Amino acid sequence: MNLDPRRFRENSRAALEDPGLRIALGRLRTHFAAGRAGAVERYPGWEELREQGRAIRDYSLANLDTLLEQFERNMTARGGHVHWARDGAEARHIVLAILQQRNARSIIKGKSMVSEEIGLNPFLEARGIVPVETDLGEYIVQLRREPPSHIIAPAFHLNKEDVTATFRAAHTELPADRSIAERSELVAEARRVLRQHFESANAGITGANFLTAAEGATMLVTNEGNGDLTRLLPKTHIVLTGIEKVVANLEQAAVLLRLLTRSATGQDISSYVTVMSGPRATGETDGPENFHVVLVDNGRTHLLGTQAQEVLRCIRCAACLNHCPVYAAVGGHAYGTTYTGPLGAALNPGTMGLPIAHHHPNASTFCGRCAEVCPVKIPLPKIMRHWRAREYASSVAPASARRGLRLWAFFARRPALYRVAAKTVSRVLRLFACDGRVRTLPLFRDWFAVRDFPAPHGRTFQELWTARK
Amino acid sequence: MTARPRVGLFVTCLVDLVRPQIGFAAVKLLEQAGCDVEVPVQTCCGQPAWNSGADTPAADLARQVIDAFESFDYVVAPSGSCAGMIVRHYVEALTNDSAYLPRARALAAKTHELISFLMRVRGVNDVSVRCIGTACYQDSCSSLREMNVQDEPRALLSQVEGLTLSELREPEVCCGFGGLFSVKYPEISERMADEKILDAQATGADLMIGGDLGCLLHLKGRMQREGVPMRVRHVAEVLAGMADEPALGEP
Repeated sequence: MNLDPRRFRENSRAALEDPGLRIALGRLRTHFAAGRAGAVERYPGWEELREQGRAIRDYSLANLDTLLEQFERNMTARGGHVHWARDGAEARHIVLAILQQRNARSIIKGKSMVSEEIGLNPFLEARGIVPVETDLGEYIVQLRREPPSHIIAPAFHLNKEDVTATFRAAHTELPADRSIAERSELVAEARRVLRQHFESANAGITGANFLTAAEGATMLVTNEGNGDLTRLLPKTHIVLTGIEKVVANLEQAAVLLRLLTRSATGQDISSYVTVMSGPRATGETDGPENFHVVLVDNGRTHLLGTQAQEVLRCIRCAACLNHCPVYAAVGGHAYGTTYTGPLGAALNPGTMGLPIAHHHPNASTFCGRCAEVCPVKIPLPKIMRHWRAREYASSVAPASARRGLRLWAFFARRPALYRVAAKTVSRVLRLFACDGRVRTLPLFRDWFAVRDFPAPHGRTFQELWTARK
Repeated sequence: MTARPRVGLFVTCLVDLVRPQIGFAAVKLLEQAGCDVEVPVQTCCGQPAWNSGADTPAADLARQVIDAFESFDYVVAPSGSCAGMIVRHYVEALTNDSAYLPRARALAAKTHELISFLMRVRGVNDVSVRCIGTACYQDSCSSLREMNVQDEPRALLSQVEGLTLSELREPEVCCGFGGLFSVKYPEISERMADEKILDAQATGADLMIGGDLGCLLHLKGRMQREGVPMRVRHVAEVLAGMADEPALGEP
């Protein structure tokens, strides 16, 4: 699996030729888009709620420093530890240090896209620590040594048969003749295998959907219950999350929660919503003895105060992916990054740099559906266009594209000359046309690679109009 | 209504270059709706530059269109995409140009997509033309989401004698044209076109009608490459009673 975002074009070509992937991606519409549409319809005042969510997130971003410090104070007061990581490397070392300090070698993990973003698993594996993913989808892709292809459905690119094959190859200790063709059998087997890991783990790592400053709490949304087992059973719990997840208080988090589950899975609420506010207190019967929160920046603050800042409103619901026709065509792996689809297109150039992620904002028709479904009203196409403008103004843009555009603009800015050029092009196209279409031209190879060009009339409107008068 | 409004027709560069019939259909519909139509000298709205991030040429073209069109009572384009560029994006492209910014706002306020202009502004509610067959309507994303045009073309087409409208399963999904996207990522664009064409074929339609020539050229070009025998027309041609003339890409 090639995880290079610079190879988006090659990756997407390979993805388009994968018939299984096409079937899997077809479920975006039936599984996610239809679910969201139903949930939104059932909710009175959805647009007002979106506006509230936008305002809450904008307040967070405008007060990020003070909210994070407030979060730290309140979390620390209850015995939790807050760590600050400027980038992925710092975050990885912080996590490693905590695990080493606790002598934790058996790790369970779940619900953290930030851990994917910073490449935590390969880093720990190289040091002899193998975290076991406990979310079913994440577990499946971990067995296949693939990254998640979707931020809330890590194994969305797979079909049931793929999972059956994966389990047969991985769970060799189980009888070879067992039946695992059905979804329920697959879930039961994963549960049985994961149970052993839950029982033996001495540290658990999760993400967080929101951090609340006033309570010093972290909130986690799950459907499988693995998040709760991961945080409750081991002695040490590490929450790994992005700094932008903070909001003022639980009440604000509750508003965002209403937007999140409906936008993500079409649920009025997820099966589990867990608020974690520190280690087990005196008199409590469960919970971890050690509680750590690692706050990761990793390029986020670079976006503050820029035209791309609004992407930091994101609450990771994946509605933009689920409604993106480009994502629906190529899937998540083609992007070669953790954050894909419109979210990735708006975020990655800022956090990874344009030379790495320049394809992402370009691979959009600007159809605008992402912005339409975004629960916190991120103007995603506008931010993608911002990156294209940055690219055009820099040396990242291919010289040929810039030359072509310059030539076209030269004519377009000179109407008299343009009319002559248009008349010529129209006639030339007509000349090359046969049976109502142009099949190929030496120029415009990329148009003719996949389609013909319907034969033009041969005279421009402006010349016919002048002649008519 | 007293004086006939003066309408500046923004033909669009694609209609000018490829299918002037659409321009004449637009003129006919506007004149029937009581407008005086003029066609000032024009090139392109600048969207290809704007969407490529080429801010300077985009702003130059925006100023050029403002200069040419601001004296009209209305500006009308047979395209939601070009109208959307003028209405939504000129103010962004000229945000640092204090002289032109108010003029961009004024132009945006009187610029319309053709079919919505006929219905919303001119109160056109009926048509008396014929077009025999079953058609699906292909919304352009700009018409849908930038110009909020959805019901208008369907309302007028439903009155065309002999025409049955059959809805796509997913009318809100992009067809994959996306301007330069279609040549930057041709294979992805191809898949999106194929999904749209499959959807269109499943409606039982023998005719696809749309409001943006860009999408239609891309889809018809793909149909020609794949040998899909569906006819394709711009909505203005059908409403102007020009459905007897050869459809897009017919000799």
